[in-house]
Amino acid sequence: MIKVEWLYWLVGAVFLAMAAQMAADRGNPRRYGNAAFWGLLGASFGYGTWVADKSAPAAPLGAAVLAMICLAGFGLTGRGTPTTAAPERRAASAARLRSKLFIPALTLPLVALACGTLLKDVHLGGGPLLQSGSETLLGLGIGSIVALVVALLLTRERNPAVALTAGRGLLEAMGWALLLPQLLAVLGSIFQSAGVGTQVGKIVTHVLPDGSRYTAVAVYCLGMALFTLIMGNAFAAFPVMTAAIGWPVLVAQLHGSAPVVLAVGMLSGFCGTLATPMAANFNLVPAALLELKDQYGPIKAQLPTAAIMLVCNVAIMSLFAF
Amino acid sequence: MIVLVGILVVVAGFATRRNPLLVVGAAGVATGLLGGLSPMKVLDAFGTGFASSRSVTLFAVTLPVIGLLERHGLQEQARTLMNRLAKVSAGRVLALYLVIRQLGAALGLTALGGPAQAVRPMIAPMAEAAAERRHGPLTEKARERLRSFAASADTVGLFFGEDCFLAVGSILLITGFVNATYHTALEPVQLALWAIPTAVCATLVHGTRLLRLDSSLASLTSRTGDLPAAAEGRTGRVTEGSK
Repeated sequence: MIKVEWLYWLVGAVFLAMAAQMAADRGNPRRYGNAAFWGLLGASFGYGTWVADKSAPAAPLGAAVLAMICLAGFGLTGRGTPTTAAPERRAASAARLRSKLFIPALTLPLVALACGTLLKDVHLGGGPLLQSGSETLLGLGIGSIVALVVALLLTRERNPAVALTAGRGLLEAMGWALLLPQLLAVLGSIFQSAGVGTQVGKIVTHVLPDGSRYTAVAVYCLGMALFTLIMGNAFAAFPVMTAAIGWPVLVAQLHGSAPVVLAVGMLSGFCGTLATPMAANFNLVPAALLELKDQYGPIKAQLPTAAIMLVCNVAIMSLFAF
Repeated sequence: MIVLVGILVVVAGFATRRNPLLVVGAAGVATGLLGGLSPMKVLDAFGTGFASSRSVTLFAVTLPVIGLLERHGLQEQARTLMNRLAKVSAGRVLALYLVIRQLGAALGLTALGGPAQAVRPMIAPMAEAAAERRHGPLTEKARERLRSFAASADTVGLFFGEDCFLAVGSILLITGFVNATYHTALEPVQLALWAIPTAVCATLVHGTRLLRLDSSLASLTSRTGDLPAAAEGRTGRVTEGSK
């Protein structure tokens, strides 16, 4: 059986190899900070395997996470020398390879789809070939490897290290923002175990007029959006807002349909994600990747859509949940 | 009540534009300590949280192949291709991508797009080439606006498509949380079904806004005045496109 942990080790190994390259990059004044940040991340991906199955203490991993936060938070990381080819070389290569260049890019999702659908039910030696529940993630990993092989053959690049260097360029362009969503998921789990949801619920039942169905719907949807706006992650907001209003008021007290309330509640959170710089990977990373002068450009483009969609969500929940 | 300090730390930290990683770290530590956890338990909470959320950062595995293709001219080729498709406007390119992105995500193909995988190497250059063909060389303001909308097409499509798929993180989070906390037996398929009305609304709302982008680009380029370079070689095309 192919396990999802193997994929985490692969990603960890890629981070470690890129960290080694960064340490050797003399053009970067912060090369050691960079190498420490991505090296720690790579090591944490591997060590996480034993934390996840509870065979190793979690505290060292927690300390590593805080160390990464400090490295990036106090400005000890930075971009290295650009790794892409000169514009003339890229143009010449594009003229030679033409649309064949799209083959590897399309291979990736096709292989991922095949893993998620066809290989899902393939069994080998009494167990499933791919670890069940993780077929999509494994598909992404297998797809990336297949696509890389296809790309190396196509471009007649004999040295796989070139791909690693090119990938490192993209990684450095994204920087620490790449780690923010995962840290927000961590924060959400800490919030939940510390009882933040129960506290917000107490405040809400204090403020909310009793039994008013549409007010409760509006408060839940707006609350999800607002909390997501602050936290930058609907995943982190969902347990808190649902424990506070979604379940006790809308489902238990007002007998709303649970699937409608919860699904639309999460989507209301996504309206908040569209409008917040805290959702760095969705809003700030694209701005950096597209080399925008105004890093809030994507948010400005999304703001009207987010507002209209929030109104739609309140209407959908009011119409279908009761 | 005091555990809510963590939320205040997030609000204050963000409002004063501190580094988001530091804000999140400080909020986690504060919430844990004020919630009665020992410092060792706080480290434990960070560790277990990180180990169980590694799938969020998994997309980094695609970077080497995308980097390699960019090195060999993927962006340049996308521009060339788009220049051949004569009659599609920038707004239509983006609206089409929105629909493709939504359908892909609804089929569980979230890896089909993304800012690093698709928008930067393919979609943004395609839209820019289409806009330049129609309006002449783009002003900086028009280019910024177009790229911002290219990013928005990707994000909106992903957000309001992926929840129609069963095995996506947000759906599994909902069922996992609710079934464990309230002892119910919600099925992912019920939740995915109820994500469809919102998905349809999103296609209509953002699709319309993307299609209207063409006229706003036209006014952006004409208001600032055409550069001499635009008037020379491209006059015919500009008038053809702006009718």
